[in-house]
Amino acid sequence: MLQKHHKLEKNSILMLIFIVIVVSIGGLIEVVPLFRIETTIEKVQGMRPYTPLELVGQSIYIRENCSVCHSQQIRPLRDEVERYGHYSLAAESMYDHPFLWGSKRTGPDLARAGGKYSDEWHVAHLKNPRDVVPESIMPQYGFLMQQGAGLTDIKRRLETLRAVGVPYTDDMVKDAYNDAMAQAHPAGDAAGLTARYGKKVNVRDFDGQPDMTTEMDALVAYLQALGTFVDFKGYEPDMDEKTAGGNND
Amino acid sequence: MMDDNNKPKEKDAVSGIETTGHEWDGLKELNNPAPRWWLWIFVLTVIWSAWYWVVYPAWPTLAGWTAGKYGWTQHQELKSSQEEITTLKGKLLERVRTASLEEVRHDPELYEFARAGGAASFKENCAACHGTGAEGRKGYPNLNDDDWLWGGSLEQVYKTIRVGVRSGHPDEHNTQMPSFGRDGVLKPGEMDEVAEYAAHLHEGGTAPQTEASPRGKEIFAANCSACHGKNGEGNPDMGAARLNDEIWLYGGGKEDIYSSVANAHAGVMPTWEGRLPDDTIKELAVYVHSLGGGK
Repeated sequence: MLQKHHKLEKNSILMLIFIVIVVSIGGLIEVVPLFRIETTIEKVQGMRPYTPLELVGQSIYIRENCSVCHSQQIRPLRDEVERYGHYSLAAESMYDHPFLWGSKRTGPDLARAGGKYSDEWHVAHLKNPRDVVPESIMPQYGFLMQQGAGLTDIKRRLETLRAVGVPYTDDMVKDAYNDAMAQAHPAGDAAGLTARYGKKVNVRDFDGQPDMTTEMDALVAYLQALGTFVDFKGYEPDMDEKTAGGNND
Repeated sequence: MMDDNNKPKEKDAVSGIETTGHEWDGLKELNNPAPRWWLWIFVLTVIWSAWYWVVYPAWPTLAGWTAGKYGWTQHQELKSSQEEITTLKGKLLERVRTASLEEVRHDPELYEFARAGGAASFKENCAACHGTGAEGRKGYPNLNDDDWLWGGSLEQVYKTIRVGVRSGHPDEHNTQMPSFGRDGVLKPGEMDEVAEYAAHLHEGGTAPQTEASPRGKEIFAANCSACHGKNGEGNPDMGAARLNDEIWLYGGGKEDIYSSVANAHAGVMPTWEGRLPDDTIKELAVYVHSLGGGK
């Protein structure tokens, strides 16, 4: 049979058919498992979509290419868990589009940066990283203080994410702008925001400029939310491992 | 059979290798098959993958995935590697966990162990704000000196690390100094005088009433002394800074003090309970307490 390949090589239609068959096998093996990818996502307590302000912060994170130097994935290895905290779960990035796992750590991993430093620290650090971490080589992002958070299209951003499966409700979409403003203004009424996204949402003036909702507000709100959603108290990986797939409906 | 295969094999005159019998405009292809060792390695990798599928989690199924013969998981791997370290630290870590802070303090072996562990955790978790050498900077307290906002005993340092300052923890340290200027409690002239007064508090037990601030003492007594103490000695129960020394978190110049009086500062320190295990917080407390200023 090995001797017959010249038949294949000299008949373009036959060749084409065989190419299609071979490529399909490779393609199917790569694609078909993705149809059931949800079976590999852990069932966890507390996971929620980003608030509108955090979402804007995530876009700034993407725009400024933070993920080139900062990963957002704590691997289940002893050293990493020791340094950064509980390893990342698939469930924690299931609402990220795109996910920002990254592949290189010039700076530290940020998967659990939320709550680790104060807002003031983040603002000082983003303005001039050397002020707080003398050995840092991170660029300066002080200009974020001057730029408005860009909330005009926030509703459509939520709609877009909803189209790809993020469970934003009608109310969340309808009130997206108000929710974003409320989160950065502690004096305002954040009752709607916390009703929709949970009591744990940080409602603060993140950047220390109470009269403005800036990109700094959004980015710090996003950073302070990273890795804080899932309640690990009730999480047992081995038990989960056996039931997560099996009980999927 | 097509003619190609039946043709007598032709050898290339230069290399002595058979040609494939194909010819393109006078160019002929040498018949160099992949080396045998390469082929065998390829076969071996195929066999290896079949073995891997059996032993390790591999294939997605409709309701999960194939678990592998021995039920190996990354989580268990992590757990056992963590246990390995715990065994090495063994009894000492267990004793840090169960002993009281005072017991740790008075047991030299345990104390050294906790201090070393604290030093390592400090670099990862605290150095970002307090500096690698705990030297602090404006707005972030220096931990080497003996001036403590929330108290410098081992127990107090432990509590501050555990609950944080204005951190959202239910037991957080959360007193708030009024903004005397922003809220219109004091007039600019009064703030000026009290700032002048406060800036000189360290110069004597009873602070001077300078010409620049004849009423500074009165204003201080009426507005500040309730928390900061009659002579500015501070009150760690309320997080009120000591003012009669030369250590200033937000600057000790008159301008700086004026600004602190006008728009009170409210520094934030995160809560570490839940983020770090309790034994690590204990170790951190021991380390910070040991830096020089512990009481």
